Parts: sequence; structure tokens; C-alpha cells
Amino acid sequence: MNDLCRPLAPITEQAWAAIDDEARAALRVTLAGRKVADFMGPLGWEASAVALGRALPLQAAPGPGVSAALRQVQPLVELRVPFALARAELDALARGAGDADLKPVRDAARAIALAEDSIVFAGYAAAGIAGIGQAAAAAALTITEDYERYPAVVARALAQLREQGVQGPYAIALGPRCYTGLTRTATPAGFPVMQHVERLLDGPVIWAPGVNGAVVLSLRGGDFELTVGRDLSVGYRGHTANTVEFYIEESLSFRVLAEEAAVPLVYGAAPENP
Amino acid sequence: MAAASGSLHESPAELTPEVIDRHRAIVSLMEELEAVDWYDQRAEATRDPELRALLVHNRDEEKEHACMMLEWLRRRDPAFNEQLRTYLFCEGDILKAEDRATGDGGPAPAGVHDGSLGIGSLKAEALR
Repeated sequence: MNDLCRPLAPITEQAWAAIDDEARAALRVTLAGRKVADFMGPLGWEASAVALGRALPLQAAPGPGVSAALRQVQPLVELRVPFALARAELDALARGAGDADLKPVRDAARAIALAEDSIVFAGYAAAGIAGIGQAAAAAALTITEDYERYPAVVARALAQLREQGVQGPYAIALGPRCYTGLTRTATPAGFPVMQHVERLLDGPVIWAPGVNGAVVLSLRGGDFELTVGRDLSVGYRGHTANTVEFYIEESLSFRVLAEEAAVPLVYGAAPENP
Repeated sequence: MAAASGSLHESPAELTPEVIDRHRAIVSLMEELEAVDWYDQRAEATRDPELRALLVHNRDEEKEHACMMLEWLRRRDPAFNEQLRTYLFCEGDILKAEDRATGDGGPAPAGVHDGSLGIGSLKAEALR
């Protein structure tokens, strides 16, 4: 048994399988950063930091004639989202119920997936992580609610990537506001704007609910690195007479290795509600 | 798919990129282990000491390749991960390693694996 303490949970094997399946499905739909970044790991719960390959010279010498430099690392961040399930629903699962209420599992999975994507795309200053949007801010292009103009903006972003010598395949990660706007918009001739955008790219259009705006980026590899210690896992925390408490947990860090491989598309006007 | 990896048992259209990549890795692992066996036998059979040294060197290089491939598989397959953690580097009777790991002598229940949901990279899926 490891520190997730799964064998201690007072639930059946069927319930564990249902919880894991529900979480897995929600995560795979929601996670967008893992669809664009190189995935390093899982390195295990014991992994604590990413080696940066750099050393900081120290002013204070440890001895006469001796210089010293401190190796630089980027610590992994632990993310954890608790959730609780009613024992009545877990009992129903044990009886073979196909409609048990597992919404808390989905909500927790979505929450941790959005947090991971926020780290990838927007960064996490408290953990010293710069996201794609921050690292590539100098190349950002402005978008508005006029989605008919979107293909022109995407074409310009692709031109910027090529001018920087960045090869494809090129993809776009669309935040919910952009995604909805594009799917609802057609040209005056009736052609869906989303299809225009798709034709410009040789890579995927990715629904990225954790993104504000959008990002056009290369998937050639070697540009964005998501390092995972413990991959997304479900653990057991405790129980009462009526509920069983769990959590979803992971440890990760993220680095942009080549900021020229992304062009953020940011809303210039005051944002409206998606 | 190239001939060397053309041993899929199902239509590629029915398979996810993850399954096809695992197939590639498993076929590669099989090839590396087969090469270990070939070099092992040739090193044993040759009468030339210099050739034997070369064959032994090459054989052990293949073992490195095989281990790297196995580790790639372990990181993407929770069941492989669980089994390898149970049986590799264990001490004493290998048949009893599972008993020692689970503490009850029976097979590990479904909920007792390491807890990972096995999500890993989704990039190949996005590029499909």
C-alpha cells in the first residue's frame, strides 16, 4: 500500500473501478495542456524537482581559492482536490446500479484538470512557473468578438511561427469563449468559420476550457515540457457513517523551452461573459 | 504501418494511438530480447576470443535497449507498472512476491494498484 491508502477505503472493487473510470473520462476530455506539451514522466511521488541544467555562482566562497555554484532546479507542485461520495451511492454501485451519482468525481477531476491547464497556459507565479501565455506574451496577437476575422488572425500567427523558423504541425488551443464563438459563426456565404481555421492548420483544434482566449502553437516537440511526478491518481482520505472521502492528486511542473513556438491570441476589448 | 510492426491483430482504424504505440514498443522489446538470445548463443559457440568479446558487448547493449523499452511501457501501462513493482528486485521466492506485496496471499484487488489513472500524455491522441 502506498500513501494513497486505497486498500483502506470501505468500498468494493466495482466502486473503485467506477470512480477511476469516471475520473479518467472527465480528465481526458478536459485536459488540454497534455495535448500540446511533451510529457515527461511519471517520475513517481518521490520526484521533487526538475533539473534546469544551470548553476548560480555563489558570492561566499566555501574556502580559500574555491568557487561555488548552486545548481538550479524547478520544484514540482503538488495539486490535490478532495471529494466525497455518499455511501448510499457506493452501496448502489456494489449492487450493480448503473446510475450512481458520481458527480463529485467529475467535478474534482475537472477542477484539477483546469488547474493543470492553468499552470500550462497561464503559469503559476507562486510556484515559479511561467505558462505559455506569459512566456510568449511578446508575440501575442489581439482578437475581438468579431469571429469572422479569426482566420486572418490565425494566418498571421502561423506566419509569425514560420518567420521564427518554427516548424509544424501547427495546432490551436481554443478557450471556451473562442470555441463557442467560432462554432456559432459563419461567413456571409454561409461557410463555418471553424472550418476556415481548421484548413489553415495541419494539426488539431483543441478545446481548452482552461484557456482564456486561444494559443496557436507548434506540436513539433521540444518546446513545452510538462514534467509529472505522480500522475493523476485517486486516493482515500477517510469516511463517516454517511460518506467516504477521496482526493485526486498529482505532482507536476511545466517549462516553456522555446517561447517562439507559440502565439497567444488575447482578447483586446473588455471581455464579455462566455 | 511498416512491416516490422505490421503484426497488429485488429484494424488500425479500430485502435487508439496509445495502443498502437504500445504495440510498437512491445514488438521492439521482443526484437531486443530475441537479439540478446542470438548474441548469447553466438558468443557461446565461437572459438575466436575477440569475436566473443564483441558479441558479448553487443548482447549486453541489447539488454540496455530492452530495459529502456520496458521502462517506457511501465510508465504508460498501470498494470505493467503494478506487476513490475511487485516482482522486480524482490527477494526470496518469486512465486510468493505477490503474497508479500498484498499481505493476504490472494490476488491484488482492483482497487489496490498504485492509484494512478494512467492518463499520461495525450499529445498522440490530439495528433491522430
